[in-house]
Amino acid sequence: MNTISAIEFSGISKSFAGVPVLRGISFKLGAGRTLGLVGENGAGKSTLMNILGGNLLPDTGGMVLGGTPYTPQDPTDAARAGVAFIHQELNLFANLSIAENLFLAALPRMGSMPWIDRRALHDRTATLLGQVGLAIAPETLVEQLSAGERQLVEIARALALEARLIILDEPTTSLSVRETETLFSLLRRLQARGIALIYISHLLEHVRQLCHDLVVLRDGEVVAQGPIEAYDTPAIISAMVGRSLTRLYPERRGASTTVPLLEVRSLTQLHIVRDISFTVHRGEVLGIFGLMGAGRSELARILFGLDSAQYGEVRMREKVINRREGPRERMERGLAFLTEDRRHEGLCLEASIADNLALVSLREHARTPLRLLDRNTWQQAISTIRAAVRLTAKVSDAQSVQTLSGGNQQKVILGKWLLAKPEVLILDEPTRGVDVGARFELYQLILDLADRGAGVLMISSEIEELTGLCDRILVMSQGEIRGNFPRTEFSRERLLVAALPREAHA
Amino acid sequence: MNALLRYASPILFVVVIATFGVLSPKFMTADNALNILVQSAPVGIVTIGMTFVLLTASVDLSVGAIMFLAAAIAGKMLQADMPLSVALGAMLVIGVTSGGINAAFIARLRIAPFVVTLAFLFIGRGVALTITQTRAMNLPESFLRLGSARIVGVPLPLLIFGMMLLIAHATLTRTPFGRQLYALGHNPVTARKAGLNTSLLLASVFLISGFCAALGAILSLAQLGAVSPKFGEAYEFKAIAAAVLGGASLFGGRGTVLPGTLLGVVLIQSVEAGLVILNADPYLYPIITAAIIFIAVLIDSGRNTLLERLGRRRIRNDSAQA
Repeated sequence: MNTISAIEFSGISKSFAGVPVLRGISFKLGAGRTLGLVGENGAGKSTLMNILGGNLLPDTGGMVLGGTPYTPQDPTDAARAGVAFIHQELNLFANLSIAENLFLAALPRMGSMPWIDRRALHDRTATLLGQVGLAIAPETLVEQLSAGERQLVEIARALALEARLIILDEPTTSLSVRETETLFSLLRRLQARGIALIYISHLLEHVRQLCHDLVVLRDGEVVAQGPIEAYDTPAIISAMVGRSLTRLYPERRGASTTVPLLEVRSLTQLHIVRDISFTVHRGEVLGIFGLMGAGRSELARILFGLDSAQYGEVRMREKVINRREGPRERMERGLAFLTEDRRHEGLCLEASIADNLALVSLREHARTPLRLLDRNTWQQAISTIRAAVRLTAKVSDAQSVQTLSGGNQQKVILGKWLLAKPEVLILDEPTRGVDVGARFELYQLILDLADRGAGVLMISSEIEELTGLCDRILVMSQGEIRGNFPRTEFSRERLLVAALPREAHA
Repeated sequence: MNALLRYASPILFVVVIATFGVLSPKFMTADNALNILVQSAPVGIVTIGMTFVLLTASVDLSVGAIMFLAAAIAGKMLQADMPLSVALGAMLVIGVTSGGINAAFIARLRIAPFVVTLAFLFIGRGVALTITQTRAMNLPESFLRLGSARIVGVPLPLLIFGMMLLIAHATLTRTPFGRQLYALGHNPVTARKAGLNTSLLLASVFLISGFCAALGAILSLAQLGAVSPKFGEAYEFKAIAAAVLGGASLFGGRGTVLPGTLLGVVLIQSVEAGLVILNADPYLYPIITAAIIFIAVLIDSGRNTLLERLGRRRIRNDSAQA
């Protein structure tokens, strides 16, 4: 083989708003080889691949693709250079045929006529579908295909662009065992053709089956690399987890009781979550750990009445919540939900801080016979809560929340829910994109709430944060609860092992 | 339920035709059918343009105003004894130019189509009212003859409508441009990532819509024989309703000209014709038309809710009866 690498990264660094996400990443991948790229959520895998795919520009450092310097400005540049990025969320047009999807930007024409040369389109597509082993007519609409078939169409599209390097991000998440096998045998054929692959997955068995080389990222740095044979699964996990970072967590003053607040029994929604049972007690901070796509946010949405569940029962303070009750009824029962999508679901971005804070408790301030707002009590409540959540004093109540930092925005959302005096607060990734200082204050607010007798259900992808705060941690994977760890049994390794998806036995 | 939503328009079509057929024997005659088709031509051509716009998940509220503007200027030209062909040419140029103004604001300055075309609706009508001094203008005989002309036995308006349907259908189904419009309407971000010139695509649908509005105005004037101050009013809603009835989605990426647009337009026109034959109270017309539009929009949103539910992300691979 020649000595030219398929891709070589040297000293790639990238920061977002001053927070370094990648720090001096350097490694190379030989032509025709497959690289497994692993790391915890937030380790920097996506950022690195977005740089490779032309979606982001690096702050420093460079790339060499097949021996020539490579500086993509946008995804089109990357495609032209032969780099195809197959995202976890597929980029296909469900309303078009397979053939149209493959050649959308360059549909073949009948000479100089405006019409599509259907025969040529059909033939070229059939050839590509043959290469990926998909025996389906080229004119079939993509919306009629299964998840696995769509994955193969994405790969055929990469081949249509004559890609030399294909990035696959968690390609097996929505595939059945059979479909996964089909995909793997295709990927092996691509390997044999000399196409380089970068394979991102949390499924370490898959990585071991398919890849030649391994790179482990942690906190934006390469912490392990080399041929895959040098690493067994425990070694990969310990590289991913690493030495635990010393981060400060506020001290817990109160303690969990055994009084049940929120009881969930056998909650099941087809294709989403299965047989979920747990209890949040008065004064308890219960964590839910899991990797992305484990079903944690979906569970939270079901509990808050945003999505439905087919089976199971949820009780709040020993009273059964009717399955049809929506967020408003559940709020009246004392539930509150801080969503993971702060900007779109948690805030009215253009509205003022005061309006956002008052949103869920407005009705309480409508006291006069005409149900008009009592401005005095309203203003008082807002001042009190601003002080309670330690919102920065530099901004006025009237300022719009989009001008605030992530940490302060999160404090506004938390303040909004605290005003409603919740019995059980569900938090979904409350510290995502929040800086270290503000995190500590958020942690303090969460613990204070528990100390006052409320129950907290905290979803997070960060193990440290959960082990630092929680009385107990549940681990979710593939829509199921795979572990229940009391504080005395917290261990990063055990939590991560429980969170890794298992190969389905179908 | 799935099939009912998918084939809602043809089912609705058959129900409407059957109802009027039962209520009045005159409805089910060849003469009446031809009449309905000829009367469908003006709104039908406007709806073709609207279908292109809806495919990209945009909307064009200015088509009625463009019709009136083109008609007003052509009326003035004809009053000044300019030749008919020049006036007709001017109408088409005004249509395309108006579409171009919409397109510039939407594709280049990235202002929401709803806002831009709503502004054009008022400004365009205002300008046209100033031109006509809010008076009706009678058109010369030669214009009316266009409406009653026949070529090898086929009424000219119907011939033009048919040709436009075929051209539009071929464009949407057989050209790269047409297929790319569907992609744009499905997901503009992905379309840009796939290397499409999304601004150009978006701009072109408004040019097409402007052209179709002007052509529709010509056919409508050829049937009416005069430009009234209310000319073209509410055409935008009729066209949107017909397109949606024909299966186009207000959310983009879905819709056809054949059979879609044709079906939707003939359906709406049949209702009006049927009510006339039945001697229904004229005040009922808007109520019944509105009810049918409402049903169409209801079907569209039902279809989308269904599609959304089917497209929900799966976390596990449960077997269907788990």
